[in-house]
Amino acid sequence: MLTAVAVIAGIALVFGLALGFAAVRFRTEGDPVVDRIDALLPQTQCGQCSFAGCRPYAEAIAAGDADINRCPPGGEATIRALADLLERDPKPLDPESGEIKPRTVAIIDEPLCIGCTLCIQACPVDAILGAGKQMHTVIASECTGCELCVAPCPVDCIAMVEEPVTLKTWKWPRPAEPAAAERR
Amino acid sequence: MAAACRAGGGGTAVNPARLWHFHGGLKLDARTARAAAAPIGAVPLPPRLVLPLSQHVGQPAEPAVSPGERVLKGQPIARPNGYVGAKVHASSSGTVVEIAPHPVPHPSGLSAPCIVIETDGLDEPWTGYEPITDFTALTGPELRARVRAAGVVGLGGAAFPTAVKLGAGSGLKRLILNGAECEPYICCDELLLRERAAEVLTGAQVLLQALDIARCVVAIEDDKPAAQAALEAAIRAAGDARIEVVAVPAIYPEGGERQLIKVLTGEEVPARGVPPDIGYLCQNVGTAAAVARAVTRGEPLISRIVTVTGDGVAAPRNLEVRLGTPVAALVEACGGYTGQAAHLLMGGAMMGFPLADDSLPVIKATNCIVAASREEVRPRAPVMPCIRCGECAEVCPAQLLPQQLYWHARSDDLEPLDDYHLFDCIECGCCDLACPSQIPLTQYFRYAKTELWARQRDRARSDIARERFEARRERLDAEQQARKKRLEEKARAADEARGDEQARKAMIDAALERVQARRGSDRDDSPGSGA
Repeated sequence: MLTAVAVIAGIALVFGLALGFAAVRFRTEGDPVVDRIDALLPQTQCGQCSFAGCRPYAEAIAAGDADINRCPPGGEATIRALADLLERDPKPLDPESGEIKPRTVAIIDEPLCIGCTLCIQACPVDAILGAGKQMHTVIASECTGCELCVAPCPVDCIAMVEEPVTLKTWKWPRPAEPAAAERR
Repeated sequence: MAAACRAGGGGTAVNPARLWHFHGGLKLDARTARAAAAPIGAVPLPPRLVLPLSQHVGQPAEPAVSPGERVLKGQPIARPNGYVGAKVHASSSGTVVEIAPHPVPHPSGLSAPCIVIETDGLDEPWTGYEPITDFTALTGPELRARVRAAGVVGLGGAAFPTAVKLGAGSGLKRLILNGAECEPYICCDELLLRERAAEVLTGAQVLLQALDIARCVVAIEDDKPAAQAALEAAIRAAGDARIEVVAVPAIYPEGGERQLIKVLTGEEVPARGVPPDIGYLCQNVGTAAAVARAVTRGEPLISRIVTVTGDGVAAPRNLEVRLGTPVAALVEACGGYTGQAAHLLMGGAMMGFPLADDSLPVIKATNCIVAASREEVRPRAPVMPCIRCGECAEVCPAQLLPQQLYWHARSDDLEPLDDYHLFDCIECGCCDLACPSQIPLTQYFRYAKTELWARQRDRARSDIARERFEARRERLDAEQQARKKRLEEKARAADEARGDEQARKAMIDAALERVQARRGSDRDDSPGSGA
């Protein structure tokens, strides 16, 4: 009886020490789940999810404070990817957060710009170039299409335009589904 | 398309060389008899040439001329943008009238930047590239530079820049020239071999020299004896023992380089690999002829042979066409349309795509124009459910599982498709033809491929956006920290100043107190005062 207790206690001690050591030695900085969620989000930084960017939203999802269907720019594909990662059921996009739209890019009507820098301060990815009382312009290749610069502009000179489809970005259309649903 | 039966197992032993088989494939009706009967014809110089800047795999070329400029035949008008790219040359003399988007021959039907030349009918040649008479004196890099300068790309249909392919490295076992055009309707390579075998041979010799390879095999299908005989005669006349002609059985899609390598050598090019990985380099015979012209005559790639055929054309034949010529001019040169013309295709019966109209220009990748009648094109029968018969997997030349790919693509579950090697699909269309339920499998695979590429691009962009967002956040944090520090310092300075004031005040108060105290005692001590 005593030997058994001693042996079990000994094993418990050994494993406890091993686990304790591992917890200190292999400590991970930050939360890997947040990183993995963040990697799936489109990084538009638009805030339509009601969080101040993609990373805060990822943190909220990881903490269980937000649902996975609040990202309109990511659309169905992102919801599906998040559902796969978190082993939940995919659900349709939350209409409160917005609707799925084709990707756009901001364009400044340059003659109208008064150089107030308000859009520069609003841009979450520093994609607007300019200085006080100087004309501003958008670096189109860096613009995520978040629309955050549109509202602050006092002279309404920023428009969101759809990205033109080129030979490189064109996609083959999805074949039409047969009229009669497949019965299996 | 109609008549097709599964390719039989035993190939006909035409030549002593040992041949292998690739998996699957179909024996298709060649439908080249009419077009192959006539010699290669010419097309009159059109009044306008439309030359797209993107006629090849890789980045579109950059214009090197401006509107209003006069150009000569063969003059470079656009330079490659990046390593994987190709020059574009003016295919006749005239004036550049416009550099603007025009509809280009592409499955999307989109417009892309083109250089438009109004021809002057003089065909005045540009002589910037010296003809090289003795190419054996040149090194590989020198020959490659010439091939690159001449804008040569793969003429089999893929239009991959040839100079890039020639940079594959050294120590290759064999050069394979691909004369196996197995797709119904196409016979431009057959006519090239029949009429210009010497040019193909010279091209082979240049390529052997450029790559320092000892042996070359030219694969020609066994239903084209005239082409084989012509090339064999040319080889005999030149006495070049390094080059041999091999007849291969005509099975679609044997013209695919992976399939052809398997048939000739029994070896398989690994998935995601390229033929040089296993010691082979594959070039189309038309490309070899273009290389020969570029080197020995200093002629850039400004024209190519195009098969114009189908029941919708009065006199099907092959034509030597200047790049940029509208398709209508080709049909005109073949006697115009018959009343039956219903569909216009660029490419062959299996992999060709429909053209919106006949004003579209011929580009480097155009090997065939089909004006098909209603009967020639398989009617789109209603799509039926998949019955899991497995016919598609039987015919797949890439040994994929089309059924499995289809399930995932149809349910838009695209991520696992890579595990099923979607990107090894060569889009040959065999599975479509074999499917008893008429499911447009290839279209699903094309859709899935382009969708996955788009996602990859989006991911790359979102990575950049993340970096920029984080950089901005760090910058703002740093600015805020700095401001906070400044404010704190100010407050401390003010505190210190205030501290001084209090001390002074205390001193004054103390002094006042002392004075008051003295006065008080004076009053107490003074005689006669007080109550």
